[in-house]
Amino acid sequence: MGYDFDFDVIQRSWVYLFRDGMTFTVTLTLLSMLGGVVLGTALALMRLSSHRVLNGFAGAYVNLMRSLPLVLVIFWFYFLVPYIGGWLSGSNQPMKVGAFASALITFTMFEAAFYCEIMRAGIQSIPKGQVSAGYAIGLKYRQTMSYIVLPQAFRNMLPVLLTQTIILFQDTSLVYVISSTNFLGAAAKVANRDHRLVEMYTFAALIYFIICFAASMYVRRLQARISIIR
Amino acid sequence: MIEFKNVSKWYGDFQVLSDCTTRVDKGEVVVVCGPSGSGKSTLIKCANGLEPFQKGELLFNGVSVGDPQTDLPRLRSQIGMVFQHFELFPHLSVMQNLTLGQIKVLERSQEEADQKAMALLDRVGLRSQAEKFPGQLSGGQQQRVAIARALCMDPVAMLFDEPTSALDPEMVNEVLDVMVALAKEGMTMMVVTHEMGFARKVSDRVIFMDAGKIVEDCSKDEFFGAPRSPRAQEFLSKILSH
Repeated sequence: MGYDFDFDVIQRSWVYLFRDGMTFTVTLTLLSMLGGVVLGTALALMRLSSHRVLNGFAGAYVNLMRSLPLVLVIFWFYFLVPYIGGWLSGSNQPMKVGAFASALITFTMFEAAFYCEIMRAGIQSIPKGQVSAGYAIGLKYRQTMSYIVLPQAFRNMLPVLLTQTIILFQDTSLVYVISSTNFLGAAAKVANRDHRLVEMYTFAALIYFIICFAASMYVRRLQARISIIR
Repeated sequence: MIEFKNVSKWYGDFQVLSDCTTRVDKGEVVVVCGPSGSGKSTLIKCANGLEPFQKGELLFNGVSVGDPQTDLPRLRSQIGMVFQHFELFPHLSVMQNLTLGQIKVLERSQEEADQKAMALLDRVGLRSQAEKFPGQLSGGQQQRVAIARALCMDPVAMLFDEPTSALDPEMVNEVLDVMVALAKEGMTMMVVTHEMGFARKVSDRVIFMDAGKIVEDCSKDEFFGAPRSPRAQEFLSKILSH
């Protein structure tokens, strides 16, 4: 009944796992974070504005994204994006969009909803007097936001933003549904090819754990270091 | 220089300002006092458009503050404002607090802005604190930096919204000293404060407000000599009794 463990499979495949799989995962995570934070911040400003249309649009967007399962959105966008791309470029043919580009658009748009809520809380945590002080020296709305409110909101929220990014890092494993080769996907391929399912999945779990645990320890230390003295 | 003409303001159904008419002339120091909730902070924040109002007219140097066509940022850059809770930017150093507006609004060069900032820090006695962050300074020091920040913009008038009421008692004077010096130089000032000593020393006129109305608007001597309204008499007797 014993299972014959063979961890040599890792040694045989680690170049592929990391060079192809992990590179995909990390690149996707970082780029989606960047895009998600930028888009999320814009959405947060819209949600907080008194403009009814902007406010309503951002609210609807965030609620929609937060009410859909991520896997569904990944799938949906994978099929939808080529048509939207074709429509935008004015051709009748769907645009050819690779799995990576499709995943990047999906995660950016999906995560933006979550980053938006974080940034909204961050912006609201800045006392109203700060905005008044910015206006009082003659800054415009845009300048007040970019030099005074957002830098403080961003700094206050950095730990939460990074924690959300750790979740994003784990969530990128879901791109297996559009069969792209992320870290977990690569591990699964090797596992199936060599019939070493237990070994490969254990190894993948261990790597995910080490990266995420180290990252959250780092976030905890960062939190203490960067807080603004008031 | 600042003219309030029948200014009224509501928060929903609640009227915070009713029919306020007064003026602050060039070089004048006007103190606004009154019980809390009487609308004095709101009145002063209307002067640079930080608070909108619904009725009446407010002119600053002939420019209508309430007019949606008015370039408010430009207008505000000419009016210095000092807040009750200082409102220094905590993520920027003292120096950066003083140069931000100069560079972004007045488009001065970095060197020019630095020079101006240093000169004003010197003036409020805080040259040595230039590289610190606001959180590392005492309340009195922070408020002096805030005054310097406002002065960096070369304002033609200064608004003070209870500049000393958030300070520990022993720090009040260091801030008042700066304000007195400013008044003596002929700066146009509108000051919301409970510091009657300051009002006596440097103000030209005193405005007393109660329940959103300007109840008393007279010269300092008249006000401290014999205020006409019973409400102002009562207020003075309470505030000056000890």
